[in-house]
Amino acid sequence: MSVKLTIMDQMSEIAREHGKILAPLRDDLVLLDSGLDSLGFAVLVARLEDRLGVDPFTASEDALFPVTFGDFVKVYENGAR
Amino acid sequence: MARARPQSLRQRIGDGSGLFWDRAAHAAITDLAGGTSLGGRLHELTRKSVAIATGSQLTTALALIELDGVARRITILPPDAQPAHFAALFAGAAIDAVVVDRDTPTHPAFALPVRVTATAEIVATEHLPAASLETEWVLLTSGTTGVPKMVVHSLDGLTAPIGAGRRLDGAVVWGTFYDIRRYGGLQILLRAAIGGASLVLSSADEPIAEHLVRLARHGVTHLSGTPSHWRRALMSPAIGNISPRYVRLSGEIADQAILDSLHATFPEAAVGHAYASTEAGVAFEVNDGLAGIPAGFFEEVRDGVALKVEDGSLRIRSPRTASRYVGSDAVLADADGFVDTGDILELRGDRYVFAGRRGGIINIGGLKVHPEEIEAVINRHPQVRMSLVRPKASPITGSIVIADVVLKSGGESGEVKSELLKLCRDALPRHKVPAAISFVAALDVASSGKLARRQG
Repeated sequence: MSVKLTIMDQMSEIAREHGKILAPLRDDLVLLDSGLDSLGFAVLVARLEDRLGVDPFTASEDALFPVTFGDFVKVYENGAR
Repeated sequence: MARARPQSLRQRIGDGSGLFWDRAAHAAITDLAGGTSLGGRLHELTRKSVAIATGSQLTTALALIELDGVARRITILPPDAQPAHFAALFAGAAIDAVVVDRDTPTHPAFALPVRVTATAEIVATEHLPAASLETEWVLLTSGTTGVPKMVVHSLDGLTAPIGAGRRLDGAVVWGTFYDIRRYGGLQILLRAAIGGASLVLSSADEPIAEHLVRLARHGVTHLSGTPSHWRRALMSPAIGNISPRYVRLSGEIADQAILDSLHATFPEAAVGHAYASTEAGVAFEVNDGLAGIPAGFFEEVRDGVALKVEDGSLRIRSPRTASRYVGSDAVLADADGFVDTGDILELRGDRYVFAGRRGGIINIGGLKVHPEEIEAVINRHPQVRMSLVRPKASPITGSIVIADVVLKSGGESGEVKSELLKLCRDALPRHKVPAAISFVAALDVASSGKLARRQG
């Protein structure tokens, strides 16, 4: 599964677990409008570390968190290389 | 006649614009000098032990200013207070009056003979009762399982840190991501009220983008929140709307990454992190842009605050700490007056850095979690032999919880994992549900016979 599909998969699973409704995951979707809250993203980053073997936010010196879904995927695509 | 005190909070309202906004309404708090938001019934609360059960933060702010010096005791119920605990809290604090507003949920505990409704509207009056009492301010802790502890502060103690920190000139508009019914938010309310500043109040169900736009519209200059609040704000494109001059973090450990992010986002702003807790009060502020505490802070008493590390944890003696608990025999400070924060410090070079909590308490976005509570739920599953819940560092919420589980032989791990998650989701609030469950062959048990919990 591609990095992007893994992320989409995990986001919909976490949304379901947290009783949230996930917005359609377009690249320009603002993450905070996706339906997941801070806790949801915290769980997502932890699960992705499990699946992809990387937590790019903790690993990187550049700690700025992405704003859109597309940016988020890019951070992982770059990190997973 | 009670002991005279210098000035009540109402008398200490500073000169200035002093507008307080919430999402729906605003008020000029200087109007409280000759007005009331309590429908002419403040005198009924004289010498009472009053629960503040208001729903709106604006009516809460006004009621608190009015009640100081008039009520014998003010117990502030935070928005996440559990109705199941109301009876115990009301008995513990000997509450005999309650202030509500139209947002207060219905609960039998609030059906007291003296029940005053607060509004966001200040009506001029010449009949304000004398404010001569040294009111006890009671705040609830967030860290405990079961009924929260009730922590007694005085107005003098609560306001002692004000002015000790960094001063910035010019008109000040405070904003806070905190709820003012928590210690961190109350600090900002008091700073704004006494400093003659304006204040933009938060609202629990307000999307962060709208909150940031509202902060920008009112020209926020000073903004405070936990590192988790700030991480969430930095994820919003609306962060670009605000340009605070002072950025303050407290309530959780500020790591270097969040400090650097805030510097990068607000290059002109002073960024400081404060150490504060409901029990210990504000202990100190660090304004050099670096995580951790300069070792020099431990070498001298600064602004009346003495710090030390004993048995690994930070201890604080200060006029800003709470004085005691009500409704509990628990002891707040040791014989020398030091409060044990339970935060473990390690000296690295010339700074102390935080290395977790004693007893393994995990801080998730400002909410404290006892791992034992989650382990107890996991251990209910018939296939589980033992489990260990531990924190994992998270770039979003500081920490999240994960669980290591030892299954009884023959356990079927695939199904058990989803059963365990369901068990936790059914029994626990969302932030206590493990983000990940791993099955392990064994867990370390310390010589005490207890599970070995790593600090940090």
